Amino acid sequence: MSSTSGTSGTSGTSGTSGTSGTSGTSGPSRDRAGDDTGLPAPAGLRAELDARLGEAARAWLARALDGAAARPGGHGPVSPWELRVAEAGRRCGPEHADAARVLLLHAARADAGTLARVYRQGTADERRAVLKALPHLVPGPEALPLVEDALRTNDTRLVAAAVGPYAARHLDAHNWRHAVLKCLFTGVGVDAVADLARRARADAELARMLADYAAERTAAGRPVPGDLHRVLALTEPTATPHGKES
Amino acid sequence: MRIFDPHIHMTSRTTDDYEAMRAVGVRAVVEPSFWLGQPRTSPASFLDYFDALLGWEPFRAAQYGIAHHCTLALNPKEANDPRCLPVLDELPRYLVKDRVVAVGEIGYDSMTPAEDTALAAQLQLAAAHELPALVHTPHRDKLAGLRRTLDVVRESALPMDRVLVDHLNETTVKEAKDGGCWLGFSVYPDTKMDEERMVAVLKSYGMEKVLVNSAADWGRSDPLKTRRVGDAMLAAGFTEDDVDQVLWRNPVAFYGLSGRLVLDVEDTGAGATHEGNSILRGAPATPAEPGSGARGSEVAPAAGA
Repeated sequence: MSSTSGTSGTSGTSGTSGTSGTSGTSGPSRDRAGDDTGLPAPAGLRAELDARLGEAARAWLARALDGAAARPGGHGPVSPWELRVAEAGRRCGPEHADAARVLLLHAARADAGTLARVYRQGTADERRAVLKALPHLVPGPEALPLVEDALRTNDTRLVAAAVGPYAARHLDAHNWRHAVLKCLFTGVGVDAVADLARRARADAELARMLADYAAERTAAGRPVPGDLHRVLALTEPTATPHGKES
Repeated sequence: MRIFDPHIHMTSRTTDDYEAMRAVGVRAVVEPSFWLGQPRTSPASFLDYFDALLGWEPFRAAQYGIAHHCTLALNPKEANDPRCLPVLDELPRYLVKDRVVAVGEIGYDSMTPAEDTALAAQLQLAAAHELPALVHTPHRDKLAGLRRTLDVVRESALPMDRVLVDHLNETTVKEAKDGGCWLGFSVYPDTKMDEERMVAVLKSYGMEKVLVNSAADWGRSDPLKTRRVGDAMLAAGFTEDDVDQVLWRNPVAFYGLSGRLVLDVEDTGAGATHEGNSILRGAPATPAEPGSGARGSEVAPAAGA
């Protein structure tokens, strides 16, 4: 019963922040991608994933990607490639599901309408993959409702995926500030917030919100999240970004 | 003691329950879709519920180091409401999802023609999606309901050894066992089975294919009943290995038939500890981190099935 993988839990209990599943989206990956999408470009992502997958999973992925590329359109109520998106976790392993799903969405050349459908019909895991795929697949702001939906949840995995490069590019100032504050509230590390330094710089309103939040925590005798001070420093008009955000 | 509760309705429970379950050894649960107490009036209500079983509830469980899977179906009671029936057309796209480990709960409530139709159709869906099925036996007229259930399964495309027949008791266990299905027992404070009777059934009928659950929901029920059964088994002379077979290896084997069981619990981290915006709402000033400290020291052992 190899599929009941009770022993493979290397990703199981080691995480300490609320951002599990987002480790591939922070700093170094962006440098590798050579763009600001927060993930390796699809070709690089495919190579990385292939290197980590076992033989059966790699073969499954190859067939699934070929199928998605050949028949990206609708066939009946659900396209075959959307079924592959659904089953990617058990085919590739939960730790590789995000990458496999992003590749499938890319292979199918999913547009904003298709991504909205996959998101709406998806599990939390599938929704996270759609959020991660947005910067590659949607040039304009038309997929913002998905980001806003994810930011309304209290699922930290979705919140972390929602504050990626697509949000950095398109989310308006009010919603972006609330997203940053929500990360601090829910324990999502602000490393997940793409382009944090650029958007935070000289944002006096964000600084005010952070200071008020710190005061509220202090009044309650509770600790102020360490990330708060880091973001607050970034709101200075003269702030120089940390290495991670540069 | 590692515990897999193979039937519990966590949607109806609190995070306190998750914390208490983790503390007594629960490391995995399966949540079957069921009747919410208040009748639904449209398929959309089912879809939001299914989405919760595939989204929010696994996240909540993971906060406490508990692996969460679900079974999806149109339940027997609401199979009688024509307003709900269209959900059968939506089920196929849900049955392909990761974490869906069976079709269920299906079965009989009042043994009506509409329930016949829904049961047969959903057994077929299970076969088509290579999933096992969780079949509830009725509270009223239980033995007749069991016999009719087994007949419908025999006529279906789903082999009996891929069917878990649940809510069994002393009057139905023999025929169910002779039928060749997996045997589920729900242990409740007042109704269904209790710990001592459960131990007596195990002594009489053995442990093969036997699963014990709390079936805890919105009614008078107790999410720690699985642990109580384990303790009662030990007190009655069963070994630790016997307890492990009933409370861990048997449910892993049954739901493992889906090929979708993943028992390494994802750590969603120490996040979500702040008031007002989290499922750990009202956390103390110095919050205990889920998955750390005393509770976290008991790492779930390997599935071993």
